[in-house]
Amino acid sequence: MEIFAGLSLGFHTALTPFNLLYCLIGVFIGTLIGVLPGLGPAATVAMLMPASFVLPPVSALIMLAGIYYGAQYGGSTTSILVNLPGEASSIVTTIDGYQMALQGRAGVALATAAIGSFFAGTVCTVIIALFAPPLAKVALKFGAPEYFSLMLLGLVASVVLARGSLLKAIGMIVLGLLLGLIGTDVNSGARRYTFGVKELMDGIGFVTVAMGMFGLGEIVLNLEREGTAERVVKKITSLMPTREDWRRMVAPIIRGTALGSFLGILPGGGALLASFAAYSVEKKVSKHSAEFGKGAIEGVAAPESANNAGAQASFIPMLTLGIPTSPVMALMIGAMVIQGVQPGPSVMTDQPALFWGVIASMWVGNLMLLVLNLPMIGIWVRLCMVPYHLLYPAILVFCAIGVFSLSNSEFDVHLMALFGVLGYIFGKLECEPAPMLLAMILGPMMEEHLRRAMLLSRGDPTIFLRRPISFGILLAAVIALAAALLPAIRAKREEAFKE
Amino acid sequence: MKDFKVMGQSKDFWSGVIFLATGLGFVGFGRDYPMGTAMSMGPAYFPTVLGGLLALIGLILIVRALLRPGPAVGSLALGKLGLVTASNVLFALLLRRLGLVGALMLLVVVSAYASARFRWSVALTLAVGLAVGSSIIFVWLLSLPIPILGTWLGG
Repeated sequence: MEIFAGLSLGFHTALTPFNLLYCLIGVFIGTLIGVLPGLGPAATVAMLMPASFVLPPVSALIMLAGIYYGAQYGGSTTSILVNLPGEASSIVTTIDGYQMALQGRAGVALATAAIGSFFAGTVCTVIIALFAPPLAKVALKFGAPEYFSLMLLGLVASVVLARGSLLKAIGMIVLGLLLGLIGTDVNSGARRYTFGVKELMDGIGFVTVAMGMFGLGEIVLNLEREGTAERVVKKITSLMPTREDWRRMVAPIIRGTALGSFLGILPGGGALLASFAAYSVEKKVSKHSAEFGKGAIEGVAAPESANNAGAQASFIPMLTLGIPTSPVMALMIGAMVIQGVQPGPSVMTDQPALFWGVIASMWVGNLMLLVLNLPMIGIWVRLCMVPYHLLYPAILVFCAIGVFSLSNSEFDVHLMALFGVLGYIFGKLECEPAPMLLAMILGPMMEEHLRRAMLLSRGDPTIFLRRPISFGILLAAVIALAAALLPAIRAKREEAFKE
Repeated sequence: MKDFKVMGQSKDFWSGVIFLATGLGFVGFGRDYPMGTAMSMGPAYFPTVLGGLLALIGLILIVRALLRPGPAVGSLALGKLGLVTASNVLFALLLRRLGLVGALMLLVVVSAYASARFRWSVALTLAVGLAVGSSIIFVWLLSLPIPILGTWLGG
């Protein structure tokens, strides 16, 4: 059994003391930033990337992955106790979670979130182990046209699943593709749009852009809304759910996990969309739908399972196809490239220890999170009380030093400042930066595959339609886009993003 | 700090303007590079196509916003934006001259001033704490090649 051999290799890798330590560091930092409002996983992974370069590739990826799914755990804590989502993907949890806390059931809500997350994490680890290898095998047969179509599908999906205006999301994608093309063209050696600046020859670093837009830009947006909410922490009493609670949480956890695993695989889906979708589904199917908004345990169980499942499932396309489905995954791919690992289907065969090690570490990390979160809840609560005016200068310090140390260049710090300004402006204009960052990574890859495909077909663009796999992928992209434009679904989509 | 009121046009209008200008910029500057053919694409091919597409999207957004105005941009917190940006630019300019400790303290104090809850005592304490902490973590533990004291301070 290939999977068991793989998983056993994975656990051997993940359970070495060194990797266990970095898994722990990853989930610890993840929980921390999950608890702290105003600091998301994308900015954190970007900030810690320079520090991870000193590690071997497996440990670096284990740590960075831990940050991402750890943040989903931490985000629920503040949602329930303080009515402040620490993470965007925990926004819906505030609705019923905080109500439960007001009723003196904060402990039960926290336990439900942790149990749901752990279940989702376990199931997702198995799903990745089951589905990633066959997917990678199929992907090994892909040629340039298939890859181009696949990336196009990824971009279309991230547009469909982005918030707000479709047209603006498409604009941000195209802008991102263009920004990704800045620098030396690998085919001809021409220096494109560098205007004689030698630092631009290697292109614009996406870590710089991510820190600028998600770090600096977000900080200014947060400062604008500063100082309204007074945080009152609810007391935690018993953590143990009652028999009735257990009975009511089982089905929502399973449904949330299933929905999250599915949406996480889709580009642009990930944790955020999964939590929203799971909440609205649960509200429709639940027998207790009248209790929603008044402290229904289903309203905590479903979205918290879904966001964790979504976060982990988004590793599937990243590990098997080398295609990022979210900015965090894009950063992970960047980390792999800098570590000398070529992302794509060959990772599984060329670097089995890395591939299975990261998968196994997710389950280990989820177990750590369960231990880390429930008994230590008091510490996290105190941390989320750190006022923002003390927090954000520290974030800026980490961003500035992190970006500088990428290549010991002041230029990168200036560039980050510039993207900070852009991030703020785009925030004010309701243009989402996440699809742009995704496109920035894909830009050069797409151009390369487009060139190869067109060379193969002697300039005939119908090659994308004549190859069956490529045609199927493009068809899926067209259906997704058409579906988003249909009035009925459009209304649903807007409803899903409301609140 | 005064907030800057942006003219009555909508968010879509200004998004369109940015897209249109950027798209045209990529098409325009792309003329310096060879275009090639569809079969053998030159360096200008892909950016020109994308730039044209971006400009078109921008144009549609502008026209649509003029016909059916949406929500306006509102005010921009230019003061806060300026302070946060300036703190980073100052850090970059002074890092080698003042060294990590000096540049970092300046970064913290200037950026902290953007908060409505700014107090000198708090900001200075935070600056000292972060400067000491970062020197230990980044220079001592991770041994990044950053001078703790810069050239101006004889470092």
